[in-house]
Amino acid sequence: MTTADLHTLTGAYVLHALGPEERVEFEHHLMECPSCDQEVRELAATAGKLSLVVAMVPPPELKQQVMRRISTERQEPPGPGRARLERRSGGRALSRFVLAACVAAAMGLGGVSLWQHQEANDARQAAQRAERQSAELAAVLSAPDAKLAAGGLPGGAKGTVVVSTSLNKAAFFTSGMPEPAAGKVYQLWFNDNGTMRSAGLMNPATPNNAVLMKGPVDAASGMGVTVEPAGGSSEPTSAPLAVMNFPT
Amino acid sequence: MKEPVFAGRPAPAQPDLQELIGLVARGDHEAFSRVYDAVCGPVLGLVRAVLRDPAQSEEVTQEVLMEVWRTAARYQPSRGSAMTWILTLAHRRAVDRVRSAQAASDREQRAALLDRTPEYDEVTEQVEASLEREQVRRCLGGLTELQRQSVTLAYYRGLAYSEVAELLAVPLGTVKTRLRDGLIRLRDCLGVTV
Repeated sequence: MTTADLHTLTGAYVLHALGPEERVEFEHHLMECPSCDQEVRELAATAGKLSLVVAMVPPPELKQQVMRRISTERQEPPGPGRARLERRSGGRALSRFVLAACVAAAMGLGGVSLWQHQEANDARQAAQRAERQSAELAAVLSAPDAKLAAGGLPGGAKGTVVVSTSLNKAAFFTSGMPEPAAGKVYQLWFNDNGTMRSAGLMNPATPNNAVLMKGPVDAASGMGVTVEPAGGSSEPTSAPLAVMNFPT
Repeated sequence: MKEPVFAGRPAPAQPDLQELIGLVARGDHEAFSRVYDAVCGPVLGLVRAVLRDPAQSEEVTQEVLMEVWRTAARYQPSRGSAMTWILTLAHRRAVDRVRSAQAASDREQRAALLDRTPEYDEVTEQVEASLEREQVRRCLGGLTELQRQSVTLAYYRGLAYSEVAELLAVPLGTVKTRLRDGLIRLRDCLGVTV
């Protein structure tokens, strides 16, 4: 995505209307674009005003419940910190996050500076973002034996596959994938010793995409991506765009 | 933290929300009670607009208020007003809830969701007389049809911009632009400054 494109995402960003990858990319851009940051603050305040129109009178028991809950809920100290990140979610959140940063780096999103910035400024937000990803996807990323391999796709797009043998699951990340032609979809395949087994479709709506591959890895030694008619195929009907071997 | 602690000092008669959040950060239950009174109506209304289901809406509203309690010390006034901070938390949590429900549902259910007729007009039916609400309504009325539909579907229904594009049958880039220029027009109409 070009810088000019990123500028136009301020509205979608404050309305929480971006997908997870675009959101990360835009937040990265925000660090380098003070005028975008200012616009985001103004538009967030504007969006908040829209809630006045739908305000309603809360039931009285809601307040009683909330007041009861706060008396037993510990408050967090000011300022972000890694200690809190570890305390909140145990060591796993950190390893998941490190791996996510590696994936971002492999995708060319500037993962290293992203990591440094977030560690310094807002590790907690980053952890929440990771938590918002689907639980299974996060489980693959945070698996102790997760391994990743990156490769090129046609048109300068990049693909990264993360495999966990213990979970018998794999996840596939892409960056810069063009939308497929009308009536076509991307389909993922496990490579079972030369036989392609469907691993589900890839959402073409966003150029940066993370998807949990459907089905177990089992004995597959790699994966492939093909373009198929909408709805997918039971076996590949076109030459693969890319074939990648799983990391060993 | 070397921040001075004012525990025990009586709160001023009418402190604004930002001061109250400062007191909440120090564990002041009375201040939290007043924050609750000030924000719960808009928070519940917003979450309810997105989620529709009353029980789930109250659950998410509770989560939002608990997050305010837990993280009050992390609120940064330089980033915006306390109200904006809380409403941003509320919208994000409501949207997360909707998206996780979508992720769990199969393709048919998802298609059914997208086929559902948008109900953004319903939103403005719930208005009670109030100067600021009237102003928001008036400014919403000043948007182009596509701006208004894009902004209201994203905000009140919690749709991703790709879903807005699908519903309105317009290109993705158009929705991105309408979300931005629609909010900019609202900002100028409402005179929002940060």
